[in-house]
Amino acid sequence: MMSSVIQLVSEWGSYDTWIVITAALAAIACALPGNYLLLRRQSLLGDALSHAVLPGIVAGYLTWNAVEHSGWLPVSQAAGIRHLVLFGGAALSGLLCVLLAEWTQRWGRIDAGSALGVVFTTFFAVGLLLIRQAADQAHIDPSCVLYGNLELIVLDRIPGTPIPRAALINGLAVLINLSLWIVFYKELQLAAFDPGYAETIGIRASRLNYGSTMATAMTVVAAFETVGSILVIAMLIVPVATARLLTDRLPTMITVSVIVAAASAVLGMAALCCYRGRCSRPSVIPVSKMPGWRG
Amino acid sequence: MKTVCHHPGWLVSVVLIWIVWGTPSQASANDGPVATSQAMAILSYNTRIVLAGTALLGACCGAVGTHLFLRRRALLGDVVSHAALPGVCLAFLVQESLQPGSGKSLGGLMLGAGASALAGVACLEGIRRTRRLPDDAALAIVLSLFFGLGVVLLSIIQRLPTGSAAGLADFLFGKPAGLLLGDVLLIGGLSAIVLIVCGLLWKELLVVSFDAAFAVTQGWPVRALDLLVVLLVTAVTVIGMQCVGLLLVVALLIIPPAAARYWTDRVGTLILVSSGIGALSAASGVLLSAITPKLAAGAVIVVCAAAAFVLSLLFGFQRGAYHRWRQQRRAQRHAGRHDLLRASFELVERKLAESNATDDVTVPGWSLAQLETMRSWTPGRLPGLWRAAIRDGFVRADAAGLYHLTAEGARQARAAARQHRLWELYLIQYAGRHPVDVDPDADVAEHMLDPLIVRELESLLQPDHAANRVPASPHDAPARATPQAEATP
Repeated sequence: MMSSVIQLVSEWGSYDTWIVITAALAAIACALPGNYLLLRRQSLLGDALSHAVLPGIVAGYLTWNAVEHSGWLPVSQAAGIRHLVLFGGAALSGLLCVLLAEWTQRWGRIDAGSALGVVFTTFFAVGLLLIRQAADQAHIDPSCVLYGNLELIVLDRIPGTPIPRAALINGLAVLINLSLWIVFYKELQLAAFDPGYAETIGIRASRLNYGSTMATAMTVVAAFETVGSILVIAMLIVPVATARLLTDRLPTMITVSVIVAAASAVLGMAALCCYRGRCSRPSVIPVSKMPGWRG
Repeated sequence: MKTVCHHPGWLVSVVLIWIVWGTPSQASANDGPVATSQAMAILSYNTRIVLAGTALLGACCGAVGTHLFLRRRALLGDVVSHAALPGVCLAFLVQESLQPGSGKSLGGLMLGAGASALAGVACLEGIRRTRRLPDDAALAIVLSLFFGLGVVLLSIIQRLPTGSAAGLADFLFGKPAGLLLGDVLLIGGLSAIVLIVCGLLWKELLVVSFDAAFAVTQGWPVRALDLLVVLLVTAVTVIGMQCVGLLLVVALLIIPPAAARYWTDRVGTLILVSSGIGALSAASGVLLSAITPKLAAGAVIVVCAAAAFVLSLLFGFQRGAYHRWRQQRRAQRHAGRHDLLRASFELVERKLAESNATDDVTVPGWSLAQLETMRSWTPGRLPGLWRAAIRDGFVRADAAGLYHLTAEGARQARAAARQHRLWELYLIQYAGRHPVDVDPDADVAEHMLDPLIVRELESLLQPDHAANRVPASPHDAPARATPQAEATP
């Protein structure tokens, strides 16, 4: 054990540092809106979103492919725009899914869980169909979307700097979520604990809900590439649940959840390097769960 | 159509018969992409087997999913299906180590999947017992932890040197064409067991699903029955693993009951309709993917179910959008007619007092503008209501272009005004409302007064209004003493 730690420290390079930073940023970005989701009892929104973005990603990919083949755009700018198209497609279909679920719940008069279930499974199925249809033009492996690709994503750097693109995107997500919490702290707190009262004193809880859903969708999509859609569900909720078990106060809960998220990313990565130095994501979760049992 | 939908057992049996005998217009699943002419060939024995298996599975999912749906735990199915993945991987590893090459034998994989799904539910229950986290957080935690574990195991397996690991991802997304006869028999047998259990415990499951609190007070073993539902869900998930895949079987658990809800308000019928929709979408999904190249069967099945859901949402007999829109329109029309007739009566009443006419029909006629002053109408509403009243024969126009009530119209108008005023008097007398502001309140409720309530009001407000007489409007005579003396609350 000791020798492996020594080996780990001696072999640690800037590459590994960036992996840890990117993972930690993704975890923090997810934990921030996760606090609101947990309090609003919408924890499964992450699950729904992670399934629902599939058709958007595939459609974005196909669109991009078509554009590239038609030669409208110079290939040299391709990578950045391609990224944007995929990101936009994912965010769009995630939002569409949530809106449709809301609509189904309201107009179809069924409970929220069923409405969400109906919509996101359908989206996911449509995404799979699209992948199959696109198999000729491009090879898209659904498992890539599901599991993410932390080690390779770090190689995609912003030109001229050592910063990986994913770290920048997740960092932006952290900033946006953090500023949303700071700006709307009072409103969000009220809407989370007592939406009825919030409505009576003139705070539009439903609008805040839409906003938080949008922020969540963006965050989730940003984190996908890094950790994969399935683990995003865990990163949205597990650190927050851990924090919830440790405290009853909202500011403390948010702080603790952020610390837990960052710590689990670092510890997960360290544990993994001890193991093999590959395939980091899955160990991120169990570590973050452990302190929860003490609460 | 209505009768068929009230006896959906019909649908199920028709579909099953259709599947088993096959129709000459479909192609074989195992021939891959075939030309349309060939698709006309008779269903191969093999396709029929696959169809029967998936349809049974769909029916099972529909029946079991209804119980989840009614208890508002639809997403439990999602957790169960995700939690099954590590079991599948572990079972594969164990089987492979026992006898190389036999890793993907379906029985063992199903056993492993079931075991780990149940372990997931046990964790869920454990978190829930602590009562410190909301239910949905517990669901999300268990789902992601188990699925994460499954993904780790899957990535380990894919790095193993044995070549047979390649198809394991098929259990995530489904591949019914790969079903062997033995698999289908296994699936069919398990589905039959699930359906039989559902049938035998029909009453017990219904009571718990419909009203768990009532079931507890009646002494039903609700916890045991809940556990049974979880077991059934696990069984269905495991059965559906190969056909539609772990990630899609949850759709078959959620969508058919949600769709069936629009067709009926009866729980028993709901279960039957839901299994019918499940079976239909499963069968049509398999058929579609068989005759069309490049369609993944699992996903097509889900899309078919979603199409059924959209149709039901729009056109369901009981709660569908079209049905509700029609009901709303009918209610609006009824209320509008009521308003119009009451306004007419009030006009007639005034004219009766002014002129020397003796009844409602012979009073001098009035114009539409006069009627418009009687109450505040939604802009543009009055002419439409008026045309409808003329068409219905409540109102007629005379040679001078003025309007009169017909005999039938006069009768109805009196009844409408009477209802309104009885209700107003009731509110003044028993609800302590002031005569000045009672009118809007009475307006809201009067359209809903059925004859029984009107009779009750009459007896409450006796003897003033026992006869078929219309009481005087309380607004016109605010000074008038209310008939307090006779009131016997």
